[in-house]
Amino acid sequence: MAASLTRISYSSAFTFSASKTSVFSPSLFTSSIKVPTFSSLTVKPLCSTFAPHAAHAISFTTHATSTPASVLDTSTKTFHGLCYVVGDNIDTDQIIPAEYLTLVPSNPAEYEKLGSYALIGLPSSYATRFIEPNETKTKYSIVIGGANFGCGSSREHAPVALGAAGAKAVVAESYARIFFRNSVATGEVYPLESEARICEECKTGDVVTIELGESRLINHSTGKEYKLKSIGDAGPVIEAGGIFAYARKTGMIPSQSN
Amino acid sequence: MAPQQSERKTYTTGSVKTGMTMTEKILARASEKQQLNPGDNVWVNVDILMTHDVCGPGSIGIFKKEFGEKAKVWDREKIVIIPDHYIFTSDERANRNVDILRDFCGEQNIKYFYDIKDLSNFKANPDYKGVCHVALAQEGHCRPGEVLLGTDSHTCTAGAFGQFATGIGNTDAGFVLGTGKVLLKVPPTLRFVMDGEMPHYLLAKDLILQIIGEISVAGATYKSMEFVGTTVESLNMEERMTLCNMVVEAGGKNGVVPADSTTFKYLEDKTSVPYEPVYSDAQASFLSEYRFDISKLEPLVAKPHSPDNRALARECKDVKIDRVYIGSCTGGKTEDFLAAAKVF
Repeated sequence: MAASLTRISYSSAFTFSASKTSVFSPSLFTSSIKVPTFSSLTVKPLCSTFAPHAAHAISFTTHATSTPASVLDTSTKTFHGLCYVVGDNIDTDQIIPAEYLTLVPSNPAEYEKLGSYALIGLPSSYATRFIEPNETKTKYSIVIGGANFGCGSSREHAPVALGAAGAKAVVAESYARIFFRNSVATGEVYPLESEARICEECKTGDVVTIELGESRLINHSTGKEYKLKSIGDAGPVIEAGGIFAYARKTGMIPSQSN
Repeated sequence: MAPQQSERKTYTTGSVKTGMTMTEKILARASEKQQLNPGDNVWVNVDILMTHDVCGPGSIGIFKKEFGEKAKVWDREKIVIIPDHYIFTSDERANRNVDILRDFCGEQNIKYFYDIKDLSNFKANPDYKGVCHVALAQEGHCRPGEVLLGTDSHTCTAGAFGQFATGIGNTDAGFVLGTGKVLLKVPPTLRFVMDGEMPHYLLAKDLILQIIGEISVAGATYKSMEFVGTTVESLNMEERMTLCNMVVEAGGKNGVVPADSTTFKYLEDKTSVPYEPVYSDAQASFLSEYRFDISKLEPLVAKPHSPDNRALARECKDVKIDRVYIGSCTGGKTEDFLAAAKVF
């Protein structure tokens, strides 16, 4: 019932009941990717850690309009399509060159334009381009990369361009931290980690399936299967459409209709 | 046969406090916790959020969409907005982006907005301050012990002041604009000890290129880089900024140089906001320690196409130069121009 929602004044902070698990980074200490588990049923009031900011912080509890966790369950999610293979150290200038950064991602028309330039910065040694000339979307829904994918700038335009172009997931050996964090926060692409150097065994144009729940990638063109690291709690965040959407869907923060 | 020894972890009792590194201490204070260990995820209070014309409009868009068109930022004095990337140009969209920043600063009464209004003459703009990372330092926004975030990967530059400074994306920045907080994972620290007198033919850039060549462009991913030693102590603030600037080129999360008299002197006439420096404990744990004798280093270059493709400058003396660029945040400070002028 809307009446049971505590009104939040937008000049204040809101809170998540963050558990001890990690967020926005492939953990150095465990092999799975985790984010705080936002439990929609047990939203805690503002904890004492934030007490000095009580004047600005507001706590709230809500049981209305929260999405059951099962709707954001990614255990049966699969991606199927063509893969585009790149190498190591693909930096953000290759993903979206600086000249396109006057495009603002939060502007819908410019968001689409960013997508049309995804990976345009790759050198000409990549004869097959991610997006064909005169096209604005990619036919490759999965990007397979090597080590340190997304290194360089903090530009959020990078995962945005990939997502806007039509990519659904990146499978890389490892990520640069800001790119990884931005991918999860925006929900634009799933930043998956492989356990082997898949980029050396797959070719652009191979047909692949990713089974998110099984943490598995199947290359139908070669017949080989690969183990991926579990996306963990980052999965539901991306599935929801990013950190803010996730927080709203699980009832952590009120929906816009207030 | 030696008797079996069971491993006893002292920290598990909770009563023995382990020493913390500088980065751990800064984050502990900012998250109001007594003790932090690498790997901990904590909500951190942000002291300064910086944004510029490339990522500012996007961050503002997210802030308005998520918190509401009429929402107010968490603290109008802790946000620093510096248009510096695509300026003094005829590009309409670039100029529109600066307009977006101006409108937002007006609505929110943002205290620190370094505006550009006269596009025909950069000198006619009294508020224009140049490159954002240099401006942050020169305008007194960098202070020891604080947490500074920016929507730019080279925000790590500010670590030269003994603070935690790192780059974030638009979505995280939108979140900070509304709440003044960010969820961060505490990074372990790599320690770089540089001793020896710095020869006159070396600059701070040579030091950091030496390090990046050593550990590679992903050698410091998710880690903090701490720079100490007699050589570091002899560097001025601009040189320390160059050192910390390229931390991200090694994949690093943040870089730190302990604050000392050089730092305090620099800050004397720039800020009146009180600050409290922190220093690594003697018993702090570092992931690795690297030691360099700087007196033995030679000038270095990074060859195409990676910052870790280190080579001695003298090995490249037959490479023909087509164009030289001096500028931007790593090598565009007054001292860098002076050093270049001396070559001629």
